[in-house]
Amino acid sequence: MNSKENIRNFCIIAHIDHGKSTLADRLIEFTGVLSSRDMTEQVLDTMDLERERGITIKSQAVRMPYKAKNGQEYELNLIDTPGHVDFSYEVSRALAACDGAILVVDASQGIEAQTLANVYMALEHDLEVVPVINKIDLPSARPEEVRAEIEEVIGLDASSAPLVSAKQGIGIEEVLEAVVQRIPAPKGDANRPLKALIFDSLYDNYKGAVSFVRIAEGRVRQGDTIRMMSTGGAFEVTELGFFLPGRLSPCEELSAGEVGYLCASIKEVSQTRVGDTITLDHNPASEMLPGYKQVQPMVFCGIYPADGSAYDALRDALEKLKLNDASLSFEPETSMALGFGFRAGFLGLLHMEVIQERLEREFDLDLITTAPSVIYKVVLHSGSELSIDNPSNLPDPSEIEYMEEPMVKAQIFTPSDYVGAVMELCQEKRGTFRDMQYIDKTRVQLHYDLPLNEIIYDFFDQLKSRSRGYASFDYELSGTQRSELVKLDMLLNGELCDALSTIVHRDRAYPRGRAVAEKLKEVIPRQLFEIPIQAAIGGKIIARETVKAMRKDVLAKCYGGDITRKKKLLEKQKEGKKRMRTLGSVELPSEAFIAVLKAD
Amino acid sequence: MMLYLHLPFCKRKCPYCDFVSFPGREGEIGRYVGALLREMEQKSDEFGPKEIGSVFFGGGTPSLLPIAELERLFKGLRRHFRIQEGAEITLEANPGTLSPQWLRAAASLGANRLSLGAQAAQDRLLRAIGRIHQGNDIVSAVNWAKEAGFLNISADLMYALPGQSLGDFEESLRLLLRLGLPHISCYNLTIEEATPFGQSLKRGELALPSEDEELAFFDLAGEILAEGGLRRYEISNYALPGFESRHNLGYWNRGEYLGLGCAAHSLAGDARFANAQSLDGYFAALKGGKSPETERQILSEEEICFEEIMLGLRKMDGVVLSEKAFARYEEGLKALELAGFAALDGRRARLTAKGLPVMNAILTRLMG
Repeated sequence: MNSKENIRNFCIIAHIDHGKSTLADRLIEFTGVLSSRDMTEQVLDTMDLERERGITIKSQAVRMPYKAKNGQEYELNLIDTPGHVDFSYEVSRALAACDGAILVVDASQGIEAQTLANVYMALEHDLEVVPVINKIDLPSARPEEVRAEIEEVIGLDASSAPLVSAKQGIGIEEVLEAVVQRIPAPKGDANRPLKALIFDSLYDNYKGAVSFVRIAEGRVRQGDTIRMMSTGGAFEVTELGFFLPGRLSPCEELSAGEVGYLCASIKEVSQTRVGDTITLDHNPASEMLPGYKQVQPMVFCGIYPADGSAYDALRDALEKLKLNDASLSFEPETSMALGFGFRAGFLGLLHMEVIQERLEREFDLDLITTAPSVIYKVVLHSGSELSIDNPSNLPDPSEIEYMEEPMVKAQIFTPSDYVGAVMELCQEKRGTFRDMQYIDKTRVQLHYDLPLNEIIYDFFDQLKSRSRGYASFDYELSGTQRSELVKLDMLLNGELCDALSTIVHRDRAYPRGRAVAEKLKEVIPRQLFEIPIQAAIGGKIIARETVKAMRKDVLAKCYGGDITRKKKLLEKQKEGKKRMRTLGSVELPSEAFIAVLKAD
Repeated sequence: MMLYLHLPFCKRKCPYCDFVSFPGREGEIGRYVGALLREMEQKSDEFGPKEIGSVFFGGGTPSLLPIAELERLFKGLRRHFRIQEGAEITLEANPGTLSPQWLRAAASLGANRLSLGAQAAQDRLLRAIGRIHQGNDIVSAVNWAKEAGFLNISADLMYALPGQSLGDFEESLRLLLRLGLPHISCYNLTIEEATPFGQSLKRGELALPSEDEELAFFDLAGEILAEGGLRRYEISNYALPGFESRHNLGYWNRGEYLGLGCAAHSLAGDARFANAQSLDGYFAALKGGKSPETERQILSEEEICFEEIMLGLRKMDGVVLSEKAFARYEEGLKALELAGFAALDGRRARLTAKGLPVMNAILTRLMG
């Protein structure tokens, strides 16, 4: 058993693509937890989705034994965290379980938007931040300039930052030594009453709910009766242990300073709330740990099963995902066009995409999702105030005194060559310029105030394409601002399709209405009847397109009496129709609901 | 009862065709005829007693058969089946393979209807769709057929071909009218995936007319042929009164037919069945004295009802539906009638001029 003095709990933080997961792989390999034969790339990213996209979505923890140069044995608990802004909630939870953080900075890219965001978050949690400079093997690497950048922009002492190539395995031992020397040992007294912070949880079909915990004080053993301090539920511990790559490794006891997991045959997912404090039933702690700020979802969309009968399966899947991702929220919703489904809230667009993909992959669901919306504050003439996250629920314009929309403070890092293009984009997206700083001769940091509803569509894609992939972007919410907003409706064959309604700025409504109508015309197949497509604000039609009636669709002949082939062809056409939603007499393919998103 | 004989030989495979044929294996025609005769013998117990009102030699290219082989087939047919007096006996023929002698022989054996794969009058288009014949072969073929005594001559044309104008198509239609044909079929080019045309389309190398243009071709065929007195009686078929093809109507009326030969399809009672698709598979089965049948499907009541409308609505006069089929589709048909796509008269249902060109969409709608 290690003494607490020899435990180090740390995470790795970085801007996306700066090599965080690769460095984690090398640390695991170097400490011998996995032999190189058992290593795979991104060994901690166990989701297919993570490997395909090359990103980390879920935090993962792993315990590594390490014999340092001073001859002592250490227990290193590494928690790998996501890099994207949408998962900052996930990061903040992991940070609360750590005493320090390795900050990875790409030796050629330098500091990027999320480097800063993550560093500030780590500093807020009082973590010791240890910078390392990665990818020094690249020809474009400029490690000394980046070292200076870290000192100037962030204000961290980077003089002893290890120079690393995680890919080539260079400098790995220096990183481990820095962890041992610079990150403090956990505090906390193992003899005091148990206080364990639940920093994550997942649902296992055999074990029930599995809570990931950081023991702040006291100790816990198998067979102990534990109590959840906020919900009050008491459970017997059936298994506890620590993390190895990709699996759980049971042990006898977890004590102050350690990171591990705990199962207590908890059937109700709601009984193990992330952020709650676990204590012992017979010797409870008097106070809870601070836990986490409740995160507010910022982006909402409707999620419907493509096949209406899968509603229950969708609810079940959402509940299971929520256990694993506390930042996801949802409630039932009904749409005229789409039937029964859910309104779900997300931290951002990537988060939304990831949840959609996980629902489709991990739960084998076929989904239709509506265009994302933010929360608008609506003040009525009557003086009452509403929060609207679904355009369909917006009251009649005649009742509305004014509306406010959520704003963000955005910081953008870009090579100076693209400053013009980036500023133009921010202007198009109704941004207000705040300031601009040169980080060095070639790199610029820009600050803008932007409406959130402008960045949830394609801002990130546009930013990347207009800067050839070089600009990076991060944002934080900064309250709401009064704005001229209108509800843009789409009518098909004269009927309102609620799932296609969006709230937009008045100045953008005309071009947007036209663009959506054109896009719908492209994706709606010709049908027996002509289908007028109209965009409307209130009762006023602002754009019109028409899907012409089908003209010719008939099988020319049947060879030698082969009727079966003809039937199969029709069956296939019919199957295609099944995947469509019927609104009145109009058949809508699921792409129609994405049209609103891609219409710019 | 009708008979269909499949003759899967071609000099060359046309790039749009995905029907079963084996270019380059014409050397095996004799062997194939032998196999066909054995299959006739196999089937004669069950089907021999039935009256046969129509025999159709389809392909492939039946006109590639040497006269002696044609004789063997006709002898076999008459030995094993009861061909009615005055039965319609059709031979499909490629205008590029015909001779006066062959046509005289066919007529003397009892063939009384010729179906020519004319496709287009323009050599440019014929080349583009990989045909082996030229425009003037069509004229000679018709003249020789008439001299041989054929009164009932039909020709197929294709439309919506890459590079074909409405003017081209009208020229082809008028040529056939001038030749005095009592029956003409006009088929919209269908691109099948597993063909060279299908692959070209995928690569974006095939410029095809739009849906609106296809409809213009379809309408033009109706218009021009009506001038010559040929009435559209089925989606793709036009005839002078009394010259409608009994064999084709048999398919649309769900009449029974026995298909003989490689890949031939049959309908008997509530069963649809089909023979081996490969020539070698077909040979092997018959050599071993076994049935060449490889697929059999017993139709459910629902399938039979659907076939009634799927096939029956192809005819301009429509179809008198069985009570069961009518009960199943009455509601859907009435909605279509209201919208002007169909017309109902008791249990008789037919598609209107507005409904006919969009029959697939109508059928999938009726399927529910």
